[in-house]
Amino acid sequence: MKRIYVKENRCLGCRLCEWECMYANSGLDAMFKLKGKQGEILPRIRVEDNPEDIHFAVNCRHCKQAICVKSCIAGALSKTDEGMVVIDKNKCVGCFTCVLVCPYGAIMPAADGKAAQKCMLCTDNDRGEPNCVKYCPNGAIVFEEGDL
Amino acid sequence: MNIYIPPEYEVVRDGSRCIECRVCERQCANEVHKYDGDLKMMISDSTKCVNCHRCVCLCPTHALKIVKSEDTYRQNSNWGAQTMNEVYRQANSGGVLLSSMGNPNDYPVYFNKILVNASQVTNPSIDPLREPMETQVFLGKKEVEIKRDISGRIVDTLSPQLSLKMPVMFSAMSYGSISYNAHEALARAAEELGIYYNTGEGGLHKDFYKYGKNTIVQVASGRFGVHAQYLEAAAAIEIKMGQGAKPGIGGHLPGMKISDDVSRTRMIPKGVDAISPAPHHDIYSIEDLRQLIYTLKEATDYKKPIIVKVAAVHNVAAIASGIARSGADIIAIDGFRGGSGATPTRIRDNVGIPIELALAQVDERLRQEGIRENVSIVVAGSIHSSADVVKAIALGADACYIGTAALLALGCHLCRSCHTGKCNWGIATQRPDLVKRLNPDIGYKRLVNLLTAWNHEIQEMMGGMGINSIEALRSNRLMLRGVGLNETELRILGIHHAGESM
Repeated sequence: MKRIYVKENRCLGCRLCEWECMYANSGLDAMFKLKGKQGEILPRIRVEDNPEDIHFAVNCRHCKQAICVKSCIAGALSKTDEGMVVIDKNKCVGCFTCVLVCPYGAIMPAADGKAAQKCMLCTDNDRGEPNCVKYCPNGAIVFEEGDL
Repeated sequence: MNIYIPPEYEVVRDGSRCIECRVCERQCANEVHKYDGDLKMMISDSTKCVNCHRCVCLCPTHALKIVKSEDTYRQNSNWGAQTMNEVYRQANSGGVLLSSMGNPNDYPVYFNKILVNASQVTNPSIDPLREPMETQVFLGKKEVEIKRDISGRIVDTLSPQLSLKMPVMFSAMSYGSISYNAHEALARAAEELGIYYNTGEGGLHKDFYKYGKNTIVQVASGRFGVHAQYLEAAAAIEIKMGQGAKPGIGGHLPGMKISDDVSRTRMIPKGVDAISPAPHHDIYSIEDLRQLIYTLKEATDYKKPIIVKVAAVHNVAAIASGIARSGADIIAIDGFRGGSGATPTRIRDNVGIPIELALAQVDERLRQEGIRENVSIVVAGSIHSSADVVKAIALGADACYIGTAALLALGCHLCRSCHTGKCNWGIATQRPDLVKRLNPDIGYKRLVNLLTAWNHEIQEMMGGMGINSIEALRSNRLMLRGVGLNETELRILGIHHAGESM
């Protein structure tokens, strides 16, 4: 299955991916309309930094043995046939066990606080391909076949 | 006390589009942008801006633009604002003004006053998409006479040649002045394109020895990083006598650009300024130059062509004549527009001559003296496009070096602040966080794209002239006409004015 991989040696920590993620999942037709919406929409990819100039964008790894899926008490998290971990918002009861168990911190409460959210490789919006990959200015985020 | 100098350019932010994503803040090494917690908005300090456009290019909502400041001194056609500011800066600092990249001033660009011929009716043009069109060139001394042995077989006396798939190479830019990633992009692009890149005077990083067959190594007055393996690794060796941006003076790489790796590659101490003397201290005549050429040939078993690079200066034709007799295989001439990573402003803006005139004169002189085939001629110093390549070849060049155009392909926006070492595009810097911004995987493809496009255009223009081999274009000045040039300029260029026939 094609997954999103981040090349740490190329990631600049500019955080454009976070904003492109927010835009892709906002339903808005222009990016500048995100103005003032910080907090209303949260990115599903997060750049981790350390002071020694190491940056690394993290989003769902779509683990083979996805611990979040196992932990979900409501059956909201599941794996597709291809192996993508998906969340059904309507089933999510907001217990956030998945948030606690995810070893990557790649699932987080959505801005409304009622359900969890996670990267679904932009299959749940109108982009068709991961927006963070498309707009990474340094080719640090790639979408390719690979094993975890 | 320092006099305040108002910024030349201003950062203008469209508040209605800015989403406070702070990408501009994170991407500006000059710390122009800042999120102000009190005002809860982004603010910009234009006095720090060098107008490199990194923030403009990365702003996801296009909320930023850089405009020329309207803050002016009292209008004066004699004392312009920049001239006045330079006086203030020198009165503030007491220092020599430094600049980067090529001469930006309003001198004529002769390439833009030369037009190219095309076939009509009586001589057929050639369609390069349907018929073969040769842009491969060989650089090096050519044998004019055929020698045969006793049994009549041809004796191969051909000197070593450089083979280029198209008549363009990347000019000398040292590791130190530009980054590791920039060098990697140039080296990989040269390999893929079947051309050469040039190490400049900063030595060859150990990681790049594998690109040796597409590498020209430089031996300059500072002799940085020159050793036997370095010479051995390369396809050709260039002796740098001069540089178009700074004829007559040496080089100065600021200590802050001498990182661990640069220090190792150059074989000099870390953090200490790297100074190249103005002359080679062992070269004060053509005879001395000949000695160095043969020293290098001897060291590499006569297997590699030797290039001698000079800046285009007033008596360049006579100098080239001397070089052509000195045993060099290739002469590289760098015009007054040639770029630099750091050069005294006054030298860059006032010394040297245009490459078009220098080239025409050198080609003419070598032909008059019957030694044109002793050497190939490579020209540099603001080759802007494939059209300039075509015109340069028709004026007598064998190939062109491109430096600035290559850097532009890598993202350079000609802010001309290379000497500060804070290049936001990851090119002219050694700061690891900035170097990272130039991904060589992307950079080398952009270079390959650029030159592939140029090669197509060169073929189109050649086809239009009814020429199917770049060799047939060389010194074919009948293919050129001048517009708006006076008699002297036309005479020096050796071309007719537009409207005059053969």
